[in-house]
Amino acid sequence: MSAPDHMASWVAVALVVLATVLVGGFGLRISRTTSDFYVASRTVRPRLNAAAISGEYLSAASFLGVAGLVLVHGPDMLWYPVGYTAGYLVLLVFVAAPLRRSGAYTLPDFAEGRLESRQVRRLVSALVVGAGWLYLVPQLQGAGLTLKILTGAPGWLGDVLVATVVAAAVAAGGMRSITFVQVFQYWLKLTALLVPALFLVLAWQGDGRPRVSFDDQLAVFRADHPLYATYGLIVATFLGTMGLPHVVVRFYTSPNGRDARRTTVAVLALVGLFYLLPPIYGALGRLYTPELRYGGDADAAVLLLPARVIGGLGGDFLGALIAGGAFAAFLSTASGLTMAVAGVITQDVLPARGVRHFRLATVLAIAVPLVGSLLVSRVPVADAVGMAFAVSASSFCPLLVLGIWWRRLTPPGAVAGLLLGGGSALLAVAITVSGAVRPPGWPHALLAWPAVWSVPVGFLAMILVSLATPGRIPPGTNAAMTRFHLPEALSSARAAAGRER
Amino acid sequence: MTGAAVAVVVVLAALLLGAGCLLGRRTVRPVRPSDVGTPVEHATFETLHTASLAAPPLRAGLTEESARRAARRLRSLLGTDALCLTDRERVLVWDGAGHHHGKDVMEHLKVLLGNGRDTAFDSGCGDLDCPLRWAVAVPLTVENRVLGALVAYAPRESAVLARAAGEVARWVCVQLELAELDRSRTQLIEAEIKALRAQISPHFIFNSLAAIASFVRTDPEQARELLLEFADFTRYSFRRHGEFTTLADELHSIDQYLALVRARFGERLAVTLQVAPEVLPVALPFLCLQPLVENAVKHGLEGAVTRSRITISALDAGSEAEVVIEDDGTGMDPERLRQILRGEGGTSTGIGLLNVDERLRQVYGDDYGLVIETGVGAGMKITLRLPKYRAGVHGS
Repeated sequence: MSAPDHMASWVAVALVVLATVLVGGFGLRISRTTSDFYVASRTVRPRLNAAAISGEYLSAASFLGVAGLVLVHGPDMLWYPVGYTAGYLVLLVFVAAPLRRSGAYTLPDFAEGRLESRQVRRLVSALVVGAGWLYLVPQLQGAGLTLKILTGAPGWLGDVLVATVVAAAVAAGGMRSITFVQVFQYWLKLTALLVPALFLVLAWQGDGRPRVSFDDQLAVFRADHPLYATYGLIVATFLGTMGLPHVVVRFYTSPNGRDARRTTVAVLALVGLFYLLPPIYGALGRLYTPELRYGGDADAAVLLLPARVIGGLGGDFLGALIAGGAFAAFLSTASGLTMAVAGVITQDVLPARGVRHFRLATVLAIAVPLVGSLLVSRVPVADAVGMAFAVSASSFCPLLVLGIWWRRLTPPGAVAGLLLGGGSALLAVAITVSGAVRPPGWPHALLAWPAVWSVPVGFLAMILVSLATPGRIPPGTNAAMTRFHLPEALSSARAAAGRER
Repeated sequence: MTGAAVAVVVVLAALLLGAGCLLGRRTVRPVRPSDVGTPVEHATFETLHTASLAAPPLRAGLTEESARRAARRLRSLLGTDALCLTDRERVLVWDGAGHHHGKDVMEHLKVLLGNGRDTAFDSGCGDLDCPLRWAVAVPLTVENRVLGALVAYAPRESAVLARAAGEVARWVCVQLELAELDRSRTQLIEAEIKALRAQISPHFIFNSLAAIASFVRTDPEQARELLLEFADFTRYSFRRHGEFTTLADELHSIDQYLALVRARFGERLAVTLQVAPEVLPVALPFLCLQPLVENAVKHGLEGAVTRSRITISALDAGSEAEVVIEDDGTGMDPERLRQILRGEGGTSTGIGLLNVDERLRQVYGDDYGLVIETGVGAGMKITLRLPKYRAGVHGS
């Protein structure tokens, strides 16, 4: 195996880490320190916010995982990028604007504001922390894998490195201008995949365009119930996106509901653009790194391709670019998630408040998944992320959709739905990850892709228990509904008229 | 192992959950009064316990809902066949037997509601099987106003019942008085909040108009601009709807305020803004930054200082926004500042600071008061933290 030059990769990774910290710490100071109020108070435009959301959202699963899955299992795996993108369509149609208008910063805020119950808030907090940790584990493992392949460092080093950088940056308040960091990360990730992809395709053409064949895909199909697994994936990703803690938090930045919708449309475009690239790597990986199909980490395909196809100095350079992009993916998603999880821990788990507690919470938020990533056996990155989506889809999706669109939701109903839907999904995922149930047969399929049954369970429990407890409908329901669904037009029109003079 | 098996697992989980809830409820139930002590003590405990159960509903005042929830407890306290609570017009609740008496009870109470004295009367029931032959009625008075009556029915005249009903009614009166107290306290807080809504100072209006007047001849265009700023600023400050606003609107109003101040002081005042766009949508109490900026301007330009710099920054800090207002002016003796924040300032100085501090504490709790760093001649730095979300706080 011709490993790329270690030096170039180390430099690229170091540069990305440095740039992230610098943009995070000083970006605000450079761009916003002014005596001109009109510059200082410019709200985040939808397109900028969309780039930030995309930057935070495109994780290791997208950067490495999708290509690896396409390489091993063939075009069926294209449902992953489709699902990751289409989740924003559901978010756009059902949730974006009302969620923004609710004024909630986190999901627990939304639950408390809508249902007026501290209990529901606490339960949602617990689930947010659970889903966040579940999402963080594969990010860290991906970092470990990347560093191992690029530099030959031991597997645990990358996990620890990313966890340390994120913890330090978040706890020190270095992510002050988080929007600019995430925008920077999006374009970095896109460039890091796009430029090498262009060269790879050129090299492939120069090679006489050998055909990519996926004919033998059935031999290595990963599930014995492929159709069920695909549906499980579709339900989880379509409905799970709206509940991801780091995505929800970013909608707060939009000035109003309308901008939240526009932001989501722009996210669809940006994320869609990005997802055109990983399948190219998957297909080329099939040709040039075929050995990854049988054992070995398929997630590594993206990283190995430049050296394999182009080689030489150019290959090293492109490999380093990809390594930098991959680290941007780990850092941005991990820091966004850590911020969100740490915020929830400070507010709802730790007793008192203050900066010290936020730091403590940050360490807690990243330490648990770090231990998890070192202990748990490796699952393909995209699969592991899919599990976090499944938990989110079966707990937060019913809460958000019913909370926004159904007057008769009651706190006991919400608790029942969250416990039965989210709890069962969490349990199923835990069993799968622990390896207690092995692949062949229905039990494994049902537990590994729980969304197909756990989402209906969550919705049904929420609806039935709510109908059974009509006396517990929160008194402020009508006021909340009015706020969710009426545009802020009146007040914002007035403010705009004042500003445009 | 199929879907059916999974369904079984889910059902089992649900059952387990239910059992857990029940168990939890049972274990937290308090020790019953009858578990300890002699029989007399038991009776005392029972009575006190029943009374304590009837108290919370009555603390909401005398309404149909509170009467309904309290009547059951009160009747078991008196041990009568029927008990009735009324207000001045109608029967609020009838607990126990003999509902048909409900319609003529108000007739019997006419005198009582007028003079506020206990009465007893024969029920005059035509139904011979009806056990309610006699009743004692006691007025419920709060601050010498008769709010209603408590009527207890019995099969025959009973001095014991009359005495007991009198005592119970007086106990109810105390609860209702407490309810009244609660209500006036809430009203007081609301009035306080209204009074606390910061007002722009008359001096500022006067000074602004004077400054604008000085431009009318020399620079009419500038004067027009300033007048429009002034109009906008006053519209925002005088608005009466909504207790909360957004950081973006508040900063906008501060900008207009500073434009007017700069018209007066020109180059002597320099302002630097540093605003993280993420925190602009944060909701906060209306006009709670403006007084702080006004304070900074005043301190900055006080005395012999020729030039003053004010820095306003609003930064993202996780689930909170952190706003810092800093000036390099004369500062203040910390001890004096402490006095002002305790409300012992006396003079008009620092009323703005105290006002903002109190409102922030009222809305967000005591953890969120102002943090002020200052010293004589060392400028002043005011830091406030605003949670991005707090139930009931919505910028309009």
